[in-house]
Amino acid sequence: MTALSLKNICKSFGAVSVLKNIDLTVEEGEFVVFVGPSGCGKSTLLRVIAGLEDATSGSIEIAGSLVNDIPPARRGIAMVFQSYALYPHLTVHDNMALALKQEKQPKTEIAERVDEASRILSLGDYLQRRPSELSGGQRQRVAIGRAIVREPKLFLFDEPLSNLDAALRMNTRIEIAKLHRTLKASMIYVTHDQTEAMTLASKIVVLRDGRVEQVGAPMELYNNPANRFVAGFLGSPAMNFFPAEMVGGRKGTVAGVRPEHLRISQTGRLAGTVVHVEKLGGDTNVLVDIGTEDNLTLRLFGQYDIEAEAKIALDFDDNHAFAFDQNGKRI
Amino acid sequence: MNKARSNLLNSFAAHAVLITYTLIALFPVFVILINSFKTRKAIFREPLSLPNADSFSLIGYETVLKQGDFFLYFQNSLIVTVVSLFLVLLFGAMAAFALSEYRFKGNTLMGLYLALGIMIPIRIGTVAILDLMVQTGLVNTLWALILVYTAQGLPLAVFILSEFMRQVSDDLKNAGRIDGLSEYTIFFRLVLPLVRPAMATVAVFNMIPIWNDLWFPLILAPAEETKTLTLGSQVFIGQFVTDWNAVLSALSLAILPVMALYVIFSRQLIRGITSGAVK
Ligand SMILES: Nc1ncnc2c1ncn2[C@@H]1O[C@H](COP(=O)(O)OP(=O)(O)OP(=O)(O)O)[C@@H](O)[C@H]1O
Ligand SMILES: [Mg+2]
Repeated sequence: MTALSLKNICKSFGAVSVLKNIDLTVEEGEFVVFVGPSGCGKSTLLRVIAGLEDATSGSIEIAGSLVNDIPPARRGIAMVFQSYALYPHLTVHDNMALALKQEKQPKTEIAERVDEASRILSLGDYLQRRPSELSGGQRQRVAIGRAIVREPKLFLFDEPLSNLDAALRMNTRIEIAKLHRTLKASMIYVTHDQTEAMTLASKIVVLRDGRVEQVGAPMELYNNPANRFVAGFLGSPAMNFFPAEMVGGRKGTVAGVRPEHLRISQTGRLAGTVVHVEKLGGDTNVLVDIGTEDNLTLRLFGQYDIEAEAKIALDFDDNHAFAFDQNGKRI
Repeated sequence: MNKARSNLLNSFAAHAVLITYTLIALFPVFVILINSFKTRKAIFREPLSLPNADSFSLIGYETVLKQGDFFLYFQNSLIVTVVSLFLVLLFGAMAAFALSEYRFKGNTLMGLYLALGIMIPIRIGTVAILDLMVQTGLVNTLWALILVYTAQGLPLAVFILSEFMRQVSDDLKNAGRIDGLSEYTIFFRLVLPLVRPAMATVAVFNMIPIWNDLWFPLILAPAEETKTLTLGSQVFIGQFVTDWNAVLSALSLAILPVMALYVIFSRQLIRGITSGAVK
């Protein structure tokens, strides 16, 4: 069964059109990640799905039923916010129980579900504390717990990890992945962190300016991007682009090569000077100026001693290269 | 070392300024208080000296408590102030919430309209208000005063509170909506506690003018049973003779309830419970 199906969703604030003709389906149990640059409408799309904003046009179906006119609380969804949004006047326990009380669930059922959620998220020791007495990571776990207890048909996460520091972010990311495996629930997750998108998603939706650019499994998008935007957006460091002419391609088209597919070669087709070298221990990133607008990035695995200002020539295998036309479409 | 010394100097200067200001501000109150405990002669002979065995007298308080129905006036003032404040805060906050939270046609215009009263003093409309009160039969009732003061306080309340409510996290309100809370619950349980400091500010700003007002009680409710404290105290100030003992005693007593209310609200001003709500 499809957990969510969006048909031709448009949303505008006054004259500004933020979402344009979005079509999307989320299958049951899928983990779908929305990525895209800031301001492209990810949060707005999520809020439209949740019912916090009305779509200007289009239809929203959750688990097979049309929910356009149904209020957020009865759509069978739960949402986790970037700012946690815990109720400051309630304890951790009551924060999680509130939605169930609103649904008039029996007391035993509430107790059971809250216990289960606090066990999964190891919140047992904090149940009687208020949000202000918790650390950022604990608060985010409570926010996730508040979503779990509702047993929703669809989880919505809006950049849930962006307020956490790097180490905690990794831990919580793994916990969310584990959670998805145990609950087998359908989830939609908004982020602009590449790693989160690539590691969590069973399906990535790349958005730009309120339009869907491409939908697919992470590796599919990585290996087979539909256009220059998707190619440049996924992957870190980002893909290198340069005029195809420089390597004997057709005039006017653009060639794209990922940093890890470039290599140093005395007879290389791309000659330039090293601008900067980043030594990360495990790998070394070399920025090379070859006379194009943007510097090329070369990613070498291992440690290398390369000086800035050194002359260097780069090459790549043609079967690793992508070609794009003037409009950025893949050819 | 250098830094430590300059900090000390800074904080000394700051405290000196604040203490001077406090003394200047409290001096008149102090003079009223000490003189209210003195005989009439002593008040005029040495207005700045503390009451001693010779000059000590409770005659002022006796006059005040005997003359007129002082406790009734007191009660009237308190009822008018508290009920007006309550209505100003309730309706002001509700209007502010609607203006800041919902997008509807004419939202900005409505906000401007509601704030218009800040610039136009309500006393300009006194004649029309009196006319209205006469026609509705509210003259010489406390409701006349309460309604006028509520109208007087609302514009600033709406203006200040809507500014603060805009800052309340959208995520928090949305979380409430997803959990099935009604808009009223979201307003009363989530938003109001977070704007408590702003509410206290509005309360303090409104309280003093209402308590001290002489204009509207004199015009709208001069009857004996609806007199407010400020109006009631006027009987001691005659055109030719003024009973200073009684005036000063009445003023001293009038300070107490405002002070009590102020203490209540200022505690709200200081307490910040927002931490941990978001972020
Ligand atoms: N209530 C609103 N009124 C008017 N415009 C809005 C409103 N909410 C969002 N927008 C506009 O819609 C666009 C998309 O906003 P949205 O919050 O969905 O972006 P986003 O993709 O979530 O960005 P970010 O990654 O920074 O969170 C932005 O240009 C924003 O200015
Ligand atoms: Mg966003």
